[in-house]
Amino acid sequence: MRRRLAFASLRRRRARSLLAILGVAVSGALLLDMVMLAGGMRDSFRNLLLVRGFQLRIAPKGTLPFDTQATIGQASAIIATLRTNPDIVTVSPILGLKLHVPSRNVTTVAIGLDGDVQADYELLSGRPVSGADHIVANQAFLDATHARVGDTLTVAVGYDTPRRRVVIAGIARFFYTAAGELVIAVPLATLQAMGGPMATDRVSLFMARVREGADVERARQWIADKMPRISAISTGTALQQFDQRMGYFRQLAVILGSISLGVGFLLVTTLVTVSVNERVGEIAVMRAIGVSRQHVVEQIVLEGVALALAGTILGMGLGLVTARAFNAILSDFPGLPAAFEFFVFRPRDAYAAMTLLATAGVLAGIYPAWRAASLPVADTLHGEAIA
Amino acid sequence: MTIAIATPTPRPLLKSELLSARALVRDYPVGGEIVRAVRGIDLEVTAGEYVAIVGPSGCGKSTLLNLLGAIDRPTSGTVAIRALNVGAMTDTQATLFRLHNIGFVFQRFYLMPTLSARENVELPMAEAGVRSAERATRAHELLEYVGLSDRERHRPTQLSGGEQQRVAIARALANRPALLLADEPTGELDAQTGAEIIALFGRLNAKGTTILVVTHDEDLAAAAARVIHMRDGRIIADETRRRS
Repeated sequence: MRRRLAFASLRRRRARSLLAILGVAVSGALLLDMVMLAGGMRDSFRNLLLVRGFQLRIAPKGTLPFDTQATIGQASAIIATLRTNPDIVTVSPILGLKLHVPSRNVTTVAIGLDGDVQADYELLSGRPVSGADHIVANQAFLDATHARVGDTLTVAVGYDTPRRRVVIAGIARFFYTAAGELVIAVPLATLQAMGGPMATDRVSLFMARVREGADVERARQWIADKMPRISAISTGTALQQFDQRMGYFRQLAVILGSISLGVGFLLVTTLVTVSVNERVGEIAVMRAIGVSRQHVVEQIVLEGVALALAGTILGMGLGLVTARAFNAILSDFPGLPAAFEFFVFRPRDAYAAMTLLATAGVLAGIYPAWRAASLPVADTLHGEAIA
Repeated sequence: MTIAIATPTPRPLLKSELLSARALVRDYPVGGEIVRAVRGIDLEVTAGEYVAIVGPSGCGKSTLLNLLGAIDRPTSGTVAIRALNVGAMTDTQATLFRLHNIGFVFQRFYLMPTLSARENVELPMAEAGVRSAERATRAHELLEYVGLSDRERHRPTQLSGGEQQRVAIARALANRPALLLADEPTGELDAQTGAEIIALFGRLNAKGTTILVVTHDEDLAAAAARVIHMRDGRIIADETRRRS
């Protein structure tokens, strides 16, 4: 009967209940988005780093990968040293340069890499980087050059440098490039040769995969001790640096999430309080005919919880839709990999947001419920009779 | 006809009495002053009585009814129903006591607008933990008794004033109370509908229900076997009449 009364009370003022639910839904959506933002960016970054299972990045001393134009010399010697560590099972040297396609007047990012490893891209069709002149390109590059798999293009580092003919062997999706950026993957030796003396035996970074079960931090420390002229960054240290750089995002998310939770709480409290104020006569009569305080409290709290839950469920859907829209907008964020997401859905985020809102619903119902249960029965009936 | 002037001297509760009030006082603080609404009332009601309390507005009738019905506490004095001092009960005890022993009928009906007539009658039974099937059966019987068996599913807004009051009476009877208290039950009704309610009270009393009604309605008071006259918070006359 209490459930029946609670839901009937909500149905009695349908428009108001609906508006309250919508208000809570907006609040819930924002809360979910903020919870997704608070943890999602970090997860997305971590997933991006580990997409091919490389736990270590080795960059020029004092820099982050591709943070500057700096390169690492004597790359062959470093590879040889890295391979002496039994915990390091794969090393992928990568060189980044700009290449020009004179016939199409297009400039592209070229990533020189070991064709056997494919550390930087996922092949969508065709064949991987191989031989000396077989490259893969992303769709943006193909669109810009009007080229197809199998076509031969002439590329050069600059307008006055030697040109080289390469064949497009496949189409790929690159993990670390921004949306719309033109990218090709070229055999490392080819790109080093095209870069001239400035690129000979030089790379922008190494990616290293550590044996399963091995201590990544120990491997990182080993590299730092062996080769002090380079910086070894593990996924863990990269995440630490990420936290330092992006910490304000999380703070902002926590603040906005708290505000949305507070707004939802106040909305439900206000609505249920108004509803109780309208029904003091009914509540006093319920008490007079023998309905206990506890049951009055339960009924009012139930009203608050019902509003909060309905709003939360609607808010979860709304939150996912808005998160997707925000991600689409932010995917064009300059300098960020297209695969990086600000809002990442994780079930635990939804549970957290739902639990917070449901708790807020219970708490929001407590004040009006306490007021309702504390009504002096005789005085209230007297007041109602006079009114 | 006999007229008994209320005695102010408290005395022990007799076994035959259903209700006994002794030296009952109720003060209200109003604007820094104390208003004494009930000034030392002694009253006994035996089981099966039909008592009307009459008097001018503001004489303390409704306050007395609230005290007798355990929804208000006396400033001093005692109210005993079935030999239990209801004035000394905690709120929880008083609520439970009301649920099982007292039926209330109000001037403004006060039905739950979101519930049907039958659900309104079921409400006190649900609170008392009566099982659903039993509730439905008893609610149907009660609504049939008050002549509303064809209106069970109607909401209060779909019922006339007289019908709403009959539903309220059925609700008051739901848990078979020892005492039915009514505060101006015909106050919002026209003469014809009021007469139906008076007749219903008469039938209930004839079946043994103890009724205590506060009223301005002369016809309703005339239907009672005992009429208590109040003025300025005191009982000034207690009139017992033989039924015709």
